[in-house]
Amino acid sequence: MNELRRSLLFIPGNNPGMLQNADVFDADSIIIDLEDSVSLDEKDAARILLKELVNAIIFKNIELIVRINPFDSEDYQKDIEVVKNLNIDTILLPKADIQSVKDLDNKLTEINSEIKILVLIETAFGVEKVFDILETSDRCIGLMLGGEDLCVDLTCERTKSGEEIFYARTRLLNAAHALKLKAIDTPFTNTNDEAGLIEDTNFAKKLGFTGKASINPRQITSINKCFTPTIQEINHSMRILNANKQALKEGKGVFAIDGKMVDLPIIKRAEKTIVVAQKLGLIKNSGEYHAN
Amino acid sequence: MDIIKPSKAGTYESNDIYIMLFPGYEENLIELESVVYDCFGYQIKKVIKDVLKENNINHVLVKAIDKGALDYTIRARMITAIKRGVSNE
Repeated sequence: MNELRRSLLFIPGNNPGMLQNADVFDADSIIIDLEDSVSLDEKDAARILLKELVNAIIFKNIELIVRINPFDSEDYQKDIEVVKNLNIDTILLPKADIQSVKDLDNKLTEINSEIKILVLIETAFGVEKVFDILETSDRCIGLMLGGEDLCVDLTCERTKSGEEIFYARTRLLNAAHALKLKAIDTPFTNTNDEAGLIEDTNFAKKLGFTGKASINPRQITSINKCFTPTIQEINHSMRILNANKQALKEGKGVFAIDGKMVDLPIIKRAEKTIVVAQKLGLIKNSGEYHAN
Repeated sequence: MDIIKPSKAGTYESNDIYIMLFPGYEENLIELESVVYDCFGYQIKKVIKDVLKENNINHVLVKAIDKGALDYTIRARMITAIKRGVSNE
């Protein structure tokens, strides 16, 4: 399974053409959607299509996530009955709260399932309770912000600049990082605005998000690029780690590179950069960088 | 299992198949239109027959309009149509 989660692509759950090609779009994770993109009278068809798809096609090197319907909907229980027995990696739980995470966790535990949970935080209540929600189950691998629904709940307009979700973004990030979990940013919904997508994704990365959801395959390349370390970042990180090795040999607690003091947080950040670069195959065994 | 009312599933979209089931026939009949009939007509009918057999359906007319669906989609749409046809909902 791909655990990078830089890009997570939503795919409508009742669209065979997109489903069978889900792994060609280069997203780290695909989210097969049984919720918003499936009309009420086609929910049954989408569940059956999902089951037949997963039983017939093996997606390699990609995380397979299914977004089920919310806990308070009629389709929640029907979704779980199908999804819990499938060979998928993760369930994306919409409008997550403590009660719904607990219920989903119990249902998966009853059958000794190894399926993980990604919580979708998209209500004002969810934002305020996010730390407790994440702590409800050991299955939680992280959270995703649902900006569109959150703005409906906040009775505000969703804007390109995103001031209205700034509080939610930072609050969610703090909770996720406090628990060492993943934080996935909300999709950028204007699929014709490439520059806007890049700006929004860079901003999300700057805040601390580890990946971004997407609603269109055309967005994946830009999102991946943003969350992939650059050659400069990798080289700088390797210099820090090499200098740290040397400093340890010499018994030094702190040291400087280019006149700037390097301490533990900077070393940890460098280690994280190198781990991602290694997972992406950007560093050879010799430690040399190569673009793939 | 008996189909008690006409039912349908699927779409006319590319890579999908539109299935209609009509009850009340002496035996199972299949009418297939497909954009790839010459190459895959036999295989598509085989999948349809397999699903009918698995669900013990014996007296329906299956009308199928295929737009290049893979086997998993044909199976899924057949199963959906059957479930809809046997239900009173």
